[in-house]
Amino acid sequence: MAQIELTGIERCFQLGDSQVHALRNVTLTIAAGEYVAVMGPSGSGKSTLLNLLGLLDRPNAGSYLLEGRDVTTLDADEQAEVRRNRIGFIFQSFHLVARLTAAENIALPMMLAGLPAAERRARVRRALDDFGLASRAEHRPDQLSGGQRQRVAIARATILRPAVLLADEPTGNLDRSTGQDVTALMEELNASGMTLVVVTHDPVMGGRARRQILMEDGAIVSNAPGALAPPP
Amino acid sequence: MTPADTLRFATRAATGYPLRTALMVLAMSIGVAAVVVLTALGDGARRYVIDEFSALGSNLVIVLPGRSETGGVNLNSLVTTTPRDLTVSDAEALRRAPHVLRVAPLSVGNSEIAFGGRLRNVLVLGTNADFLELRRYRIGQGRFLPAEDNTRASAVVVLGATIRDELFGNAPAVGRMVRIGDRRLRVIGVMAPSGKGLGMNTDELVITPVATAQAMFDTNTLFRILIEARGREAIAPVQQQIEALLRARRGGELDVTLITQDAVLGTFDRILTTLTLGVAGIAAISLAVAGVLVMNVMLVAVTQRTPEIGLLKALGATGRNIRLAFLAEAAVLSLAGAFAGLALGHAGAWALRLAYPVLPAWPPDWAVLAAIGTALATGILFGVIPARRAARLDPIQALAKR
Repeated sequence: MAQIELTGIERCFQLGDSQVHALRNVTLTIAAGEYVAVMGPSGSGKSTLLNLLGLLDRPNAGSYLLEGRDVTTLDADEQAEVRRNRIGFIFQSFHLVARLTAAENIALPMMLAGLPAAERRARVRRALDDFGLASRAEHRPDQLSGGQRQRVAIARATILRPAVLLADEPTGNLDRSTGQDVTALMEELNASGMTLVVVTHDPVMGGRARRQILMEDGAIVSNAPGALAPPP
Repeated sequence: MTPADTLRFATRAATGYPLRTALMVLAMSIGVAAVVVLTALGDGARRYVIDEFSALGSNLVIVLPGRSETGGVNLNSLVTTTPRDLTVSDAEALRRAPHVLRVAPLSVGNSEIAFGGRLRNVLVLGTNADFLELRRYRIGQGRFLPAEDNTRASAVVVLGATIRDELFGNAPAVGRMVRIGDRRLRVIGVMAPSGKGLGMNTDELVITPVATAQAMFDTNTLFRILIEARGREAIAPVQQQIEALLRARRGGELDVTLITQDAVLGTFDRILTTLTLGVAGIAAISLAVAGVLVMNVMLVAVTQRTPEIGLLKALGATGRNIRLAFLAEAAVLSLAGAFAGLALGHAGAWALRLAYPVLPAWPPDWAVLAAIGTALATGILFGVIPARRAARLDPIQALAKR
């Protein structure tokens, strides 16, 4: 059984008078532990697809089975629970809470899940060590470099050991070498069994994935290993 | 999310924006302080008046000539017309009634007192030996009026403390003769300097036997009769006895007014409590204004923190988590404001007491509780709309906002 099964997904937005067809008849399966890059020009529906995979958005039609369970019919609170326990998000702009320290940012999902404070502290300490952030635990985001911020964000996304890691342009705001560090970090997590789906413009990064999905105008035009984006 | 976490998160959010939080707390605290100070003022006035009346003496029934109305006591009953005089023999008759402990007839007039070439105007109070105990006054030097028949016009006088000082200075007064009007009277005592006493202060009085005063002013009417009952529970029977007695003595017509201290106190208590409630209500309006401010601030906070709300949702926060976090933040702000206001209000009441020492300006407990309760309630109530708005935000749009 595939971990993610999308069948005939449609997603339309009403923008003023015009209707935007963000996803057209998207059918896709992703197995557990896969490393997938979603590529394509702006407005091709990559981010919409990622939001849908992360249960931040609902399709207008089609079905989405996550680990064999139809998640499109869940109510908002049930979806929140799935997000909390099964899905980790990584954003281009990190989305750290500015007033909280690195350690507190990492602890956020555990706080939302209601884990006891002692266990939270232990897990945060381990994560800080694993991600090389031990000396930065009490720093606020504005005292961290871009690479450190994204590492904090990744630590936060993975602290509850989700099954799927969704990254939207994770290196978009980083220079090349820190971008490579962050990519390596995510690939390590993928190697430990976490499914990794990366949305990216960067052909180099996309090329590292074991499978590339190329989107255009809301539809998947190519879905195969080694299918790199055509040169512009 | 556990309640403790929600509270800690909300507190961190509140302290994360110090200026906004400080202004908000200031607005709320002004509202609470207004309630505390104004109720302290109102309740202080109430207590002041009640203390003044209590200083009259306890278990007191006052008989005034004339009858202004039939039920209850209001301010009019203190000023009555005089259809038939009260006399010393009325007072004598009342003295014999059971449950009556002391009876002091009062006759009052203005005259002048002279000693050694010094002359001044003075209020002459004619009464008897019971007056001292009945009003709980104390004698400073010498002794008070002798216990003797009310009709006996002894040529003695007891001076008020101020009168004594003005006429005699440092020289001894007891035993000297003074002239009051056209009479020469021997000073037998001086009153101890008194504090307050409603409308009448013994410091500026001279006290003579009632018959002496009546002869001086060529009258046989009394200004008032003060009666002390044997106990608090005896006041009602004494009142009935007095009414029956006086009615019998004046051909079946009761043309006097009886005032009991309880009735007067009760009336003033009611009036001033209502007044205090009124000012508390006015002050509470400022709390409602502060509540609107809480809503405004929280709506701004929701807009300001939209990306954060989007993030929390992406991390798996439910609508309820977010609603509670924002409600808790409003509550924390209101509570901080309430306690700051409480401190401010108590400081204000303290300043009032410092400026007007006679006024016991302590805020009543109910007002303090009501102020805190109202602050908290308005804060949370006005926090509901922003919290719901935050909980309903679409996570994708919230995350996209910079």
